Amino acid sequence: MATLLLAEHDDKSLNEATARALTAALELGAPVDILVAGLASRPAAEAAATLAGVGKVLLADDEALAHRRAEPVAALILSLAADYDAIVAPATSSGKNVLPRVAALLDVMQLSDITRIVAPDTFERPIYAGNAIETVRSRDATKVITVRIAAFPPAPSGGAASIETVAATDDIHLSAFVGADLSVSERPELSSARVIVSGGRALGSAEKFAEVITPLADSLKAAIGASRAAVDAGYAGNDLQVGQTGKVVAPELYVAVGISGAIQHLAGMKDSKVIVAINKDPEAPIFQVADFGLVDDLFTAVPALVEALKP
Amino acid sequence: MKILVPVKRVVDANVKIRVKADGTGVDLANVKMAMNPFCEIAVEEALRIKEAGGASEVIVVSVGGEKSSETLRTGLAMGADRGILVKTDAARIEPLAVAKLLKAVIGNEKPDLVILGKQAIDDDSNQTGQMLAALLGWPQATFASKLVLADGSAEVTREIDGGAETLRLKLPAVVTTDLRLNEPRYASLPNIMKAKKKPLDETSPEALGVDITPRLEVLKIDEPAKRGAGIKVGSAAELVGKLREAGVI
Ligand SMILES: Cc1cc2nc3c(=O)[nH]c(=O)nc-3n(C[C@H](O)[C@H](O)[C@H](O)COP(=O)(O)OP(=O)(O)OC[C@H]3O[C@@H](n4cnc5c(N)ncnc54)[C@H](O)[C@@H]3O)c2cc1C
Ligand SMILES: Cc1cc2nc3c(=O)[nH]c(=O)nc-3n(C[C@H](O)[C@H](O)[C@H](O)COP(=O)(O)OP(=O)(O)OC[C@H]3O[C@@H](n4cnc5c(N)ncnc54)[C@H](O)[C@@H]3O)c2cc1C
Repeated sequence: MATLLLAEHDDKSLNEATARALTAALELGAPVDILVAGLASRPAAEAAATLAGVGKVLLADDEALAHRRAEPVAALILSLAADYDAIVAPATSSGKNVLPRVAALLDVMQLSDITRIVAPDTFERPIYAGNAIETVRSRDATKVITVRIAAFPPAPSGGAASIETVAATDDIHLSAFVGADLSVSERPELSSARVIVSGGRALGSAEKFAEVITPLADSLKAAIGASRAAVDAGYAGNDLQVGQTGKVVAPELYVAVGISGAIQHLAGMKDSKVIVAINKDPEAPIFQVADFGLVDDLFTAVPALVEALKP
Repeated sequence: MKILVPVKRVVDANVKIRVKADGTGVDLANVKMAMNPFCEIAVEEALRIKEAGGASEVIVVSVGGEKSSETLRTGLAMGADRGILVKTDAARIEPLAVAKLLKAVIGNEKPDLVILGKQAIDDDSNQTGQMLAALLGWPQATFASKLVLADGSAEVTREIDGGAETLRLKLPAVVTTDLRLNEPRYASLPNIMKAKKKPLDETSPEALGVDITPRLEVLKIDEPAKRGAGIKVGSAAELVGKLREAGVI
C-alpha cells in the first residue's frame, strides 16, 4: 500500500522537517504521498513536489485549515486514511499536536518520536530523556508515527511529483484561532541548523544573553538555543529551548555557554557531532559529554572566542 | 464547573535511570518516584482556577498500581478535592488505553475541563491528552503556557515551534500543560495530613469496560550509545584550533 506524510510548512514555504521525515517515511518501503494542509499553501505543495521519491502531493486548501488546528487537520487525515497503511509526521509541535488525535480515531497506538526504523513494523525510540532506547513493534494495522527530525537527514530534491487537490472535511468549529506571536529571525532554524550556540542561566539577563551570545552565533553563522532555566527567566524565547521537553537537535557543532548539563538538557543535544562547553565550574556535568571543554568565565571567554574566530 | 486532572506516577525527574543489563527494561527498584512534573503543573492550574472562583471541584485521577494512590494523595495535598484510582497491575498501560480509561471516567464525572501534562517524563509519548480529546470529540489545546476561562470557552496560549499561538476552545475541552504555565506549589504539612482524609475512590479497567491490552510490543530496552568525555582546552585560541582540526568551522 502506501505511506501518507503530513508536511510541516507555513503555507508559503516548506519546512526542512518535511524532507527529514520523508527520509524516514521512504525507509518504510512503500510509496510516499505528502499531504499539505493549509490556506493558500500551493507554494508549499510545489516545494514538496520537488522532493525526490514522492509519489504525489495532496493539497488541501481551505479556510478551516488555516493555522492547522488539530481538529480539522485530524479529520482531514482521517478522511484519507483508508488508502494508507502508515501515517507519518515530523515530531514538530504541529505533528505532535495532530497525530495522536488521528491515532486515537483509528484506534491504534502511535509510535512517538522514532529515531530508527528497524523494520516496517519495528522502531527505536528514546525514552527517559534519551537515557534508554526502546525497540517496539506495532501490531496495529495502520502505523501512526512521529519522527524525530534530528535523527534523519533531509531527502534530496530532484523529484517532480504531481499535485492533486483534496477537500477538507466540514469544520465543526470547536476551536478558533485567536492570534499568534511568532519570532522573526534571520538566523538558521534551531532544528535544522549546522551550528548552534546555546546560553544558560549564567548569562544573568536578557540583555547579557543577547550581548554575549549573539556575536558568537553571528561569527559561527549559528542558530541560538537556550536552557530551560534561561527561557524560564525570560532571557530567550520559549521556541529556543533545547532539551527533553523543548527541541531536540543534532547539529555538527553545539556550543553550550554557561549551561550546567542537566539530564533534561543533555537529552536535547547529546547527539550533536561536536560539543563545546564553556563553564567556570570544572565539575559541571556538561563536561562529561563535551568534546572540547573550556573552564573559564564566559563573560571573558566568549568575547575571546569571537576574537579568535576572526579570520 | 468541574475540572478533572489525570496525574501519573513516574520516576523523579532528578533520578538518572539505569537500563537493566539484560535489555528487559529500566531498573525501577528502589528508585524515587514522584508525580510527573507536567501533571503537577496541571493540578496547580486547576487549583488556581478554583481559587479564583472559576470552578467548584478539582478531581485527580490516576491509572496504575496501588502506589499510584500516593500520587493522588500528593494531588489532594496540593488542594484537589477528591481522587479516583483506576487500579491495574498491568506492566504497561499505553496512552491509548489510558485515554480510553479516562474517557470512561469522564463519562461518569462529566467535567467541563480536563487538564493533563503535555508529556510524561518516563515514556515521553506526548499523546494521552490529544487521544483523549479525539475520543471525546472535544477540542484540544496542547503545550499551554496561559489559560483563561470565559463563560463557555477557554482561551489558551500554546508554545509552538517559532513562538506562541492563542486558540479559543468551546468547553468542554482538553488542555495539556507546558513548563511555563505556572509554578506548582508545595503541599504544606497540614495539607498533607488533611489529604489523608479526602475521598479516594477506586475503580478498574474491568469495571470501566476498557480493554487495555498493549498494541506495542517492547522487544528490548538498550542503553544509548555512550559519548566519551573529551578534552579540556586552555584558551579560546586553542579551542578554535581544535574546531578547525575537527572540520566543524
Ligand atoms: C520536567 C522537566 C523538564 C525539563 N526540561 C528541560 C529542557 O527541555 N531543557 C533544559 O535545558 N532544561 C530542562 N529542565 C531543567 C533542567 O533540569 C535544568 O534545571 C536546566 O537545564 C538548568 O539550566 P542551566 O544549565 O542554564 O542552569 P544551571 O543549572 O543553573 O547552570 C548554570 C551553569 O552556569 C555556570 N556558570 C555560572 N556563571 C558562569 C560564568 N560567569 N561563566 C561560565 N559559567 C558560569 C555554572 O557553573 C553552572 O554550571 C527540565 C526540568 C524538568 C523538571
Ligand atoms: C520500561 C517501562 C516500564 C514501564 N512500566 C510502567 C508501569 O509499571 N506502570 C505504568 O503505569 N506505566 C509503565 N510504563 C509506561 C506505560 O507503558 C505507558 O507508556 C504510559 O503509561 C503512558 O505513556 P506516557 O505517560 O508517556 O503518556 P503521555 O502522553 O506522555 O502522558 C501525558 C499525560 O497523560 C496523563 N497520563 C498518562 N498516563 C497516565 C496514567 N497512568 N494515569 C493518569 N494520567 C496519565 C498525564 O496527565 C500525563 O502528564 C512503562 C514504560 C516503560 C518504557
